[in-house]
Amino acid sequence: MIGGPGFAAGPVEAETEAAGGEESMADGTTGISADTLHGFVPSIRRGGLRRFAQRRSTIAVLMCLPLIALIAGLVVYPFFYSIYLSMLNRDATRFIGLFNYRYLLNSDTFDLVIFQSCFFAITAVFFKALIGFILAHVMHNISGRDQRIWRGLLLIPWVIPPALSTLGFWWMLSGNYSAVNWILGQFGIPQIAWLSNTWTARLWVAAVNVWYGTPFFMIMYLATLKSVPDQLYEAAAIDGATWLQKIRFISLPMLRNIISITVLFSLIVTFANFDIVQILTTGAPADTTHVFATYAFQLGIQGGNISLGAAVSLFIFPILAVFSIFILRGVGRRAREGM
Amino acid sequence: MSGASITAESIGRRSWLKPSISRERRWALWASYIVLVFFAIGFLAPPYFELVTALKTSQQLGSGKDPWFTAHPFFGNFIGIVTNPDFQTFFLNTVKVTLIVVVLTLVMSILAAYALARMRFFGSQAFATGVFLTYLVPESLLFIPLFKVLSFLHLINSTWCLLLVWPTLSVPFCTWIMIGYFSSIPKELDEAAMIDGASHLQMLWKIFIPVALPGIIAATIFAFTVCWGDFLYPLAYLFTGKQMVLTAGIVSDLIHGDVLDWGHIMAANVVASAPPVIIYAFLMDYYIAGLTAGATKG
Repeated sequence: MIGGPGFAAGPVEAETEAAGGEESMADGTTGISADTLHGFVPSIRRGGLRRFAQRRSTIAVLMCLPLIALIAGLVVYPFFYSIYLSMLNRDATRFIGLFNYRYLLNSDTFDLVIFQSCFFAITAVFFKALIGFILAHVMHNISGRDQRIWRGLLLIPWVIPPALSTLGFWWMLSGNYSAVNWILGQFGIPQIAWLSNTWTARLWVAAVNVWYGTPFFMIMYLATLKSVPDQLYEAAAIDGATWLQKIRFISLPMLRNIISITVLFSLIVTFANFDIVQILTTGAPADTTHVFATYAFQLGIQGGNISLGAAVSLFIFPILAVFSIFILRGVGRRAREGM
Repeated sequence: MSGASITAESIGRRSWLKPSISRERRWALWASYIVLVFFAIGFLAPPYFELVTALKTSQQLGSGKDPWFTAHPFFGNFIGIVTNPDFQTFFLNTVKVTLIVVVLTLVMSILAAYALARMRFFGSQAFATGVFLTYLVPESLLFIPLFKVLSFLHLINSTWCLLLVWPTLSVPFCTWIMIGYFSSIPKELDEAAMIDGASHLQMLWKIFIPVALPGIIAATIFAFTVCWGDFLYPLAYLFTGKQMVLTAGIVSDLIHGDVLDWGHIMAANVVASAPPVIIYAFLMDYYIAGLTAGATKG
């Protein structure tokens, strides 16, 4: 600490030292010795409160405070409150332990809900990823301005609020004289009551979700494809690789991480989907298209049985907990690889 | 000069492309366009159908003729819906709450992201991870306990309750992408500012916000789209027309109102979908850059 330059850098170093030494702040020794070293003891020690207020970590916590309050008050607290609620009876007056869960697991309707939630999520995510993967490759083939235009067009489904576009789908499918039946009629195919048959209704619910979600997969894969060096494909082309071999040996390995992130992520979101089922079928016919979210809404909000509704929606939690661990790992890897 | 370099480049490319590879390329290009056209038709058919329906009179809709085409577009539905007082209320409510939430989101996420990207504090790493996890929590997991929370606060059936619940959808992801953008700013910049005696707020305002502007635009669009299109929270917490927002209002009120026919409903649909579509048409590149930086809902 002798000489001009060292002195000029003094305040900055003190700042960074204080920030870097936060972990060891508890014992206090490191912080003090650093201060003594810099010879700033008199000026900094004056006014403990003021110093505390000016410390980096204090400012940092203050800046995070709104976010902390939001997460604590409107995400973490409601989550635990939900667990508590789900153990109360219908009027929320008596603690009944796991009775609601046992009741749900014994009910035939809830078996259908579990089945449909899984069927819906797995089918929809599979096709979203598959079509998104194909479209990303196809888009990658065409260049520059054309690519921008096509990308813009194909992103439209994803930008329209899903609740509103599902309403359009409903009008397109409902009744015998629906617009889809009209097209089929042109080819002499008889009319089908799409939303009144269990399996056609289930397929359409998944199809609307595929329609809405595919663009997301497409842009994620396209962005990653752009970071794959062209030389890999050129070398493969010179070696006489077919397009299938290029996908199998170049695209899939290069995109593996982003595929797993998007698929796991989308499984969570699709598993918890509400809008599409609620508007397209509201669970009909005979509760066979209900998913957890819509069934929880029907029982909890419309039926007034908050406790049972809370129990239903908590079934979303296990899949969230398991998949988010894998997503975090994937995102971490992605950050390290810079892709 | 530039012309010469272009021709040199194109000659180089032509000589590089051996006949077989160039033929293969051309074939791949054609196949790509066929696939694209096929999916574009599928992807754009529903919005097109909504638009055509909105351009028909109720007689035309009832006639059972070609539902995919109209020779005489009719704009009465759009005029009807824009002058409909219920629809106007929904629209104004949505604009009002969405804009406030977007501003709240930006303030909260920029402050928190700055702290998390630049100032380490006890548990800051864990907290950043927690923010990302919060983003993964779907709204359908929390809407029932939040109903109890909001009724305790006497906010059920008030548009203002959305000011509390919508930030839970927008803030975590916006914070996450802002952390990414802020971390990519070179440390030398803030060190230089610190030597000049800038406070943290000055550094945030004069360095971080201008430099990370693309990220802020992406975050703004994200927050706007999420709020504008949210359906579950308004449907669960709002009941009367005066308090409704667009999504839940169109789906529940306009349909059950039985005064309006499908031409009107689809016109309402088109008008309500327009703002996000227009915004994204102009700012698509920022949006995509921001989204592919993180990972988002789909």
